Amino acid sequence: MYTLRVLIPTLITFIVGIVLVAAIFIPRSPFREMDQHFSTYFDIVAAFAFILGGGNLVRMHGDKVYRKARDWPFSIVVLVGFLGTLIFGLLKLRMNFTIVPAGDYIGTGTWFKFIFDSMFTPLSAAMFSLLGFFVASASYRAFRAKTREATLLLVSAFIILLGRTPMGHYITGWLPDSLSWLDIPNLSNWILSFPNAAGQRAIMIGIALGIVSTSLKLILGMERTHLGGEE
Amino acid sequence: MQLSSSVEIWIGALLTIMIFSFLFKDNIFYKFAEHLFVGVSAAYWMVVGFHTTIMPNLIAKIWPSLVVRVLPAAAGNQPEYHYLIPLIFGMLLLTRLIKKISFLSRWAMGLVIGYAAGTNLIRYMQSDFMSQISSTMKPLIVVNEGVFAFGASLSNIVLFFGVICGLVYFFFSSEHKGILLPASRVGIWVLMVTFGASFGYTVMARISLLTGRVQFLLRDWLGIIQ
Amino acid sequence: MAEVKKDWIYKLGRLDRRIIFFLIFLAVALPLLLNLVLPVHTSPIVDRLFDKIESLPPGSKVLLSLDYGPATAPENQPMAESMARHALERDLKLYIMSLWATGPGQAVLLIDMLGREFPDKVQGEDWVNIGYKAGNQGLINAILLDMKAMYTTDVNGTSVDDIPMMADVENLTDMHLIAGIGSGFPGLKEWVQFAGDRGDIPVGGGVTAVEAPLLYPYYPSQLLGLMGGLQGAAEYEAALIRTYPKFKETAVNAVELMGPQAVAHTVIVLFVLIGNITFFIERRRERKI
Repeated sequence: MYTLRVLIPTLITFIVGIVLVAAIFIPRSPFREMDQHFSTYFDIVAAFAFILGGGNLVRMHGDKVYRKARDWPFSIVVLVGFLGTLIFGLLKLRMNFTIVPAGDYIGTGTWFKFIFDSMFTPLSAAMFSLLGFFVASASYRAFRAKTREATLLLVSAFIILLGRTPMGHYITGWLPDSLSWLDIPNLSNWILSFPNAAGQRAIMIGIALGIVSTSLKLILGMERTHLGGEE
Repeated sequence: MQLSSSVEIWIGALLTIMIFSFLFKDNIFYKFAEHLFVGVSAAYWMVVGFHTTIMPNLIAKIWPSLVVRVLPAAAGNQPEYHYLIPLIFGMLLLTRLIKKISFLSRWAMGLVIGYAAGTNLIRYMQSDFMSQISSTMKPLIVVNEGVFAFGASLSNIVLFFGVICGLVYFFFSSEHKGILLPASRVGIWVLMVTFGASFGYTVMARISLLTGRVQFLLRDWLGIIQ
Repeated sequence: MAEVKKDWIYKLGRLDRRIIFFLIFLAVALPLLLNLVLPVHTSPIVDRLFDKIESLPPGSKVLLSLDYGPATAPENQPMAESMARHALERDLKLYIMSLWATGPGQAVLLIDMLGREFPDKVQGEDWVNIGYKAGNQGLINAILLDMKAMYTTDVNGTSVDDIPMMADVENLTDMHLIAGIGSGFPGLKEWVQFAGDRGDIPVGGGVTAVEAPLLYPYYPSQLLGLMGGLQGAAEYEAALIRTYPKFKETAVNAVELMGPQAVAHTVIVLFVLIGNITFFIERRRERKI
């Protein structure tokens, strides 16, 4: 069982990883073709992940309805929303309930487009826009200049908040040219391009080193937690 | 004021209000909208994945004649049997749904992880490590047409020492004392300015989305504004 | 222990969150109702992107990737629309695609707009929508090597071999500019890493405000220009209108939203100031006690 559960997947990871690294340094046959094929295979397997996600959702909520677990009626809402969208979408069903097999699955006049416009769009947009309220409330309650570092953070945030809207020009737009560097929009551009870029770059370099070392460990089979346990 | 007569907009507006009702407290309308969102989203991704990738890039490659009605462009194509490989790996991934043989999904995970590791290793090394170092190597004293440019010099100094000090702050292999102590201190300040910029931009993003939704309610649904 | 004085300062420091929610709603809704439109000034990072498109000779190929969904459309859609308008106005060839499954819905809206504003432009000759494919950065990697291996048809099912503007496209290196409009992973960062740096292709574009600060380290050597959030989108619209006044009625989606944005930012700054003032007054009182 060790061979099936651990050895083979580790070997697959090793072969695919090594070939892709080699393809960068040896951009010719057969590595170039293997790079191309592995990329295509990866994209197709990624599409299967969507099916896996849907399957998991049905299993989980189906189970909740079957067991009549807490809030189970809402699981029916999940399942109805899921199955309705799935059937209308897969069949490319038009609003007059005819099936037009060829053509765009999200074209105007399809049920799938209707669901996208009337449900998916407002629900996802409203979910995200809720955060606008909470970010305002959190700023009011928790954003305190208690230390020198917190004050720096606060000042930087203020300059960006005012400088990245027309408001900044109203506040300091009257400054003479000799003091234009104090103009809030100019200050905000400078903060973004220099101190912010420096800080982000330091973080980016650290993350890059982490990803490079993790990738190496994965390819060499030293890191296998993604496979689960040994059994 | 002209109320919308579109069914899509009415459904969208009601669902938006259901989501916004969470601002008062958690309630059944919010829960309904939230669960509907989960169901519709999962199916949406499945449908898109099927029509855009599985159908034209897999089934149409292996059995072109099977999908000619759906994809007329596949007519006359010759089967490419090496696409059976991603089909097998895709099916293996789905074994995760069947407990008894779910271990087989590890093979597909092996491909996915191997691919991600192989590509990320080089790309992060080049774009996020080496290129970042070379972009940081800027002249600390800038002279433009024989004149010392104070602003440009200061900017480059901030960038160069900002990156170095930021890295020193993240360097935990030795104790921050001696020259490392002030450097890590400056590193914290640079990071605080960075986080301040991120915070400012995060607020901006959230407000933009809220504005978009309020505009939808006032313009598209209620017709109060143009 | 002495009792804390519960005066107006104490209450101001503990405002019910619902009052804050209501004030933020007003800060956004009132400027919309009053149609508050403020002048937008461009910044160098957006000008550079605009100038790049402006400098491309007619017939150059621009790949516009819509890597976002409806959740961030208020920020991203005006960016995509402005870049598409600019490209078609300059007679560039526009290739529309998406790394996000939610992108195709946004592409439909974009193409509706192009149909209205550029009725003379022909699908397949001036613009094409090749759509979405799964794979994230793997898709970029695949089409960097061979575009037609992944994209066999456009979204309508037309074979790429029958699309005139796809005839001389072999892979991503045939593009003169990649414009990624994104809101996360995969997005503009992956375009820089997997296409720009590896294929030596100019990359620019726009991202949501949350992501914008993270991309500054790539600018200007790896990323030629960037629209950051709604302000970035509004700046591109302002640059477009400045150069092509014919768009002053249409390219205003982001500019119109900047009024509420400016007011809401000011209100939040005031919130933070009030929160801090009450905090420090109370702390001084506590120390006295």
